[in-house]
Amino acid sequence: MQYHTPPSFEEASRIAASASGTTRFLAGGTDVLVQLRSDLVTPDDLIDVKHIPGVKEIARQEDGGWRIGVAVAGAEMTEHPDLGRDWPGIVEGMDLIGSTQIQGRATLVGNLCNGSPAADGVPALVAAGASVTVTGPNGARDVAVADIPTGPGKTCLEKGEVISALNIPARGENGGDAYLRFIPRTEMDIAVVGCAVNLRVDGDTITEARVVLGAVAPTIRAVQACADALIGTTLDDAALEALDKAARAACEPIDDKRGTVEFRTDVAGVLARRAAKIAYARAKGEQS
Amino acid sequence: MALDGPKQDFKYIGTRPERPDGWDKVTGKARFGADFSMPGMLHGAILRSPHAHAKIIKIDATKALALKGVKAVVTRADFPEGLEGEDWNIQENVMAGEKALYDGHAVAAVAATSQLIARDALKLIEVEYEVLPHVTDVDKAMAEDAPVIREGAADYSVPEGMHPNVVRYMESGRGDLEKGFAEADLVIEESFTTEAAHQGYIEPHACVANLGADGKGDLWCCTQGHWFVRQMCTAVLGLEATQLRVTPSEIGGGFGGKTTVFIDPVALALSRKAGRPVKLVMSRSEVLRATGPTASASMDIKMGMTKEGKITAASGTFRMQGGAFPGAPVDVTTMLAFANYDIEHVHHVGYDVMTNRPKQAAYRAPGAPMGAFATESVLDELCRGLGLDPIETRLKNAVKEGTPATFGPKFPPVGLIETLEEARAHPNYSVKLGPNQGRGVASGYWMNWGGETSASVAIGDDGSVQVSIGTVDIGGSRASMALMAAEAFGIPYENVRVSIADTGSLGINEPTHGSRATFASGLAIIEASREATRKLCQRAADKWGIDADAVTWEDGCAKPSGPNAGEFDPLTIAEIAAEMGSTGGPISGHHESTPDGFGGSFGTHVVDVEVDPETGRTTILRYLVVQDAGKAIHPAYVEGQFQGGAVQGIGWTLNEEYIYGEDGRLQNPIFLDYRVPVASDLPMIDTVIVEVPNPGHPYGVRGVGETGITPPLPAIANAVRDAIGVRMKKLPLTPPRVLAAIKARD
Repeated sequence: MQYHTPPSFEEASRIAASASGTTRFLAGGTDVLVQLRSDLVTPDDLIDVKHIPGVKEIARQEDGGWRIGVAVAGAEMTEHPDLGRDWPGIVEGMDLIGSTQIQGRATLVGNLCNGSPAADGVPALVAAGASVTVTGPNGARDVAVADIPTGPGKTCLEKGEVISALNIPARGENGGDAYLRFIPRTEMDIAVVGCAVNLRVDGDTITEARVVLGAVAPTIRAVQACADALIGTTLDDAALEALDKAARAACEPIDDKRGTVEFRTDVAGVLARRAAKIAYARAKGEQS
Repeated sequence: MALDGPKQDFKYIGTRPERPDGWDKVTGKARFGADFSMPGMLHGAILRSPHAHAKIIKIDATKALALKGVKAVVTRADFPEGLEGEDWNIQENVMAGEKALYDGHAVAAVAATSQLIARDALKLIEVEYEVLPHVTDVDKAMAEDAPVIREGAADYSVPEGMHPNVVRYMESGRGDLEKGFAEADLVIEESFTTEAAHQGYIEPHACVANLGADGKGDLWCCTQGHWFVRQMCTAVLGLEATQLRVTPSEIGGGFGGKTTVFIDPVALALSRKAGRPVKLVMSRSEVLRATGPTASASMDIKMGMTKEGKITAASGTFRMQGGAFPGAPVDVTTMLAFANYDIEHVHHVGYDVMTNRPKQAAYRAPGAPMGAFATESVLDELCRGLGLDPIETRLKNAVKEGTPATFGPKFPPVGLIETLEEARAHPNYSVKLGPNQGRGVASGYWMNWGGETSASVAIGDDGSVQVSIGTVDIGGSRASMALMAAEAFGIPYENVRVSIADTGSLGINEPTHGSRATFASGLAIIEASREATRKLCQRAADKWGIDADAVTWEDGCAKPSGPNAGEFDPLTIAEIAAEMGSTGGPISGHHESTPDGFGGSFGTHVVDVEVDPETGRTTILRYLVVQDAGKAIHPAYVEGQFQGGAVQGIGWTLNEEYIYGEDGRLQNPIFLDYRVPVASDLPMIDTVIVEVPNPGHPYGVRGVGETGITPPLPAIANAVRDAIGVRMKKLPLTPPRVLAAIKARD
C-alpha cells in the first residue's frame, strides 16, 4: 500500500488518476480505516487529503453561504458559533454520527462519499440545496450533493476525481431546517429511517420546502410530493397527513436486520411529520 | 462445616472504601489479556468456517507455510484423539474435526511473526468444504425433517423416537396438575420465545501461550477461572494438569462467557508446534460468531389462579438450543421457572436441542431469565385477568423459610417477601404514569454456588496482611476480600493487599462464577484469617508465658482474655510480626473447602417504560432493583451488580439478539447491529439492598451477581404490556415488533 500526503487537490487528483489499483481518499478515516482493518477494502493507494491547505476551515462566503473544508470534523461543525444558527438541521445530522471520539475525526464529505443511503449527514445537505466542488483531471466542477450518490456504496465521481469543498447556500430570511433519524437506541447506531426538512415561510404560510428521506431507497431521496404537500399550507393537520402519505409513498426500502419494509415505510411518514414541525418552528423563529 | 453463625456487628464490613484495583484500571496501567507479551513471541490467527454446516474434505496449508514469517499451522490433526464427553466437545469446538458445525467454527490456525502476516496467511489456506443442510432455530431443529447435527449425541435421558438433535430430556414436578387447574378461577396458557444473547463483555478473549515439546507450559489469559482453563487445555492437548501454569490477567467482563476456553488450546498448540510463545487475540466479530452466547428458548406455560390470587397449578415446557453441542441450560430453566412461588401442583419438561450455532456458554444466571420471562409474563396476565395487584399477588404466593421449593428441597431463610415489601414501599411504585407509559413488576431467583475454594493469608513483617485468592476480580471482589480480612484481623482496610494467585500457587479454585467469589473466597479468607489470628495469639501467649486459651484477638491485638489471665499490655499485629522470625517463623493462615452453605438470592424489579405509539420504541423511564444480599460487604459493588444485571436484562429484552440469515450465517457480528444498551439509553438504576443473613457464611453473605438479570425480561415485558395493551411473547421487543403489535391491536 502506498500512502500519499499531497499538498493540493490537483496533486491528489493526479495521484488518483494515475493509480492502477484500488484507491481511497483519507480524511477522518472513520469509514476507510474501519474497512481497511476488517479486510473489506485494502487500498493500493491511500491518499490523505488532510495536509492540503484550507481543508479544516469553515468559512462564511460573501453571499452569506458557507464553504466547509473536506477535513472539518463533526465536532468542529457542532461547536461553530454561527453555522448551526443558519443550518441547525445540517449540523444536527452530522452530530448524530458516532461517539464523541468519532465526532473528533468524522467528516461530512466523507459521510457523503461513503455512499450509504443511511448517511445521517447527507439528507439535510440535499434539503439545503448544497453542492460540492469536485477537482479532477479536467479541472474543477460543481455538483449538487443530491447527484453524488448513485447507489449503496457508489458515487458519480470518476477516476481521479476528488471532492475539494462543500458549499452550502445562504440561509436567507425566514428559513428553518431539521433532521431526524430513527434508531432503536439513543445513539451509536445507523439510521433505520432518516428525514430532513428545509422550509421557508411567509408569516405562517410555507413558501418553499424540500423533504429528503434516507435509508428507504438505494440512495437518499428528495421527495417532491412531500414538498408539494407542505407548500402553501400552515402545516395544519391536513398538510401533515398529506406529507405523511407522500413520504410513505416514496419509500422503496429493503427488509433487513435493521428494519422491515413495513416498519421503514411507517416510520418515514412519522419522521417527516415530526421533522417538518421542528423546521417550521425554526423558520418562524420559535425554536432554535 | 461448623460455623459460628453470622456475625452481626461490624467495623469495616458495610463501608465503601475505594477499590484497590481502581486507579490502575482508570489510568490504563492495569494489564488485561491483550496487554501481555513475551520476547520472541509470535502472533496467531484463526481461520473460521463461512458455512453453518459443512463437511471438511481437505485443508491445504502449503501456500500459507511458504509465506515468509509463517512459523506454524495447526489443524485438528495437531490435537490428540480419543477424548470423550465434555473434553471432546471442547476440543471439537476449539478446532473442527470432520465437519464445521456453525458459521465461525475454527478450522485451522496460523502463527507468524506479525499479526498482519498471520492474517494474510489465513487467506492462503485452502479448505475444501461440502456444504450440508443446516438448522439454527430450536423448534425447527426438533422437527422430523431437520438436518442431523451429530448422530449419537443424545444421552440416556432422551426417550426413543425423538429427533437426534434432542440430546437431553428432563421432566420433574409434584402434585396433580389436573386437580390444581380445576381449583383455579382463571387458567392462562401461552407460548413464548427468547433469542440468544451474548454476554457482551467489553474485553475480547486474549492469551499468550508458551508450551514446550516436553509438555511443560505457561499460559497468560483473560479468564474467569484459570483452574478451569488449566483443566480444559490440558485435557484437550493431552498434557498433565500441573505441568501447565495458568496466570489470569485483569478481566474486562465475563458474565459467565469466560468460564470456558475458545482460543487458549489453539494458542498452546501453535506454540508447541512453533517452539515459541504465541499470542492470540479475538476480534469483536470472532467473539460474537465463535464464543459462547446463551441459549435461545421456545416455551409453553400454563398457570392457574384463584380469584383471591393463589396460584393453584403451573406447568411449563422448555425447549432450548445451545448450539452444536449438548449443554443448553434447560435444567436450570426448569428448576427455577416457578421457584419464586409456593405451588402444590407443578410440572416441568425440558429439551436440550442442538443446532448449527456456536456452543453456548454460561451467561449470568444461565437459563433462568428465559424461564422467568415466560412464567412471570403469565403471572402478570393472571393478575390482570383477575384484577389483582402484582406485588400483593406475589406476596400471597412467595416462598419463605420452610416452603418446599418447586424443584424439591425446603428453602432455608430467604428474602423474597422482604424484597416485595421494599418494592411496594418504594416511591417508584406509586409514581403516576402518563399516556403511553406502563409499569411492570417481576421477581427472580438464583440459587448461587459454593465451589472448590482455596485461599491463603500471610502476615508481613510490618503487620500488614497479604491475601491470596484464586477467584479473579470481576466486580470489585479485591475490595470485598480486603474488607473481610480487615474485619477478621481488626486492622485497617488499607493494610490488606489482595492478590489473585496463579494455578501454581494455590489449590484448585473454581472460577468467579455462580455468584460464588464473595461468598466462597470470602469464607475461606475469614477462616484463614482466624487460623492466622490463633497463631498470633499463640505467639503472644508464649511471650507472656500463659496458655494460648487465655489470649483473645481483638482490634488487631492479642490481649489477655480476662483478669485471671494476667496483666499484660496488648501486643499489636505489627509487634508480633516484627519478631515472628525469631518466635517460630512466618505466620500465615490457609483454608480450603467446597462450602455448601451458599444461600440463594431473590430479587424484585419494578420498571416504568414509555412506548412511542408511532414507532414502537421503548424508553426505560425508571428502574428499581430490590435484592437480598444477605450481608453487603461493600454496598457500592453490590449496587453495581444489581445495576449491571438490570442493564444486561434491558439489552436482552429490547434489542439484543443473534440474527441468522437463510444461509445460516450470523447477520450481526458487530456491536453496531448487536445492540447492547448505551449509557444514554438508561435511567439511573435505583437500588435497595435487602439483608436477610445467610446462615452458611460467617458474615451472612449471599452471592448477588446473577439474580439481577432474572427479573428484567418479564418486568420490562409486563411494563410494555401495561403501556400498549398487548402481550409481547417474543423477545427482543424491537421497535418493528412492537409497532406491528400496536397496529394489529388498532
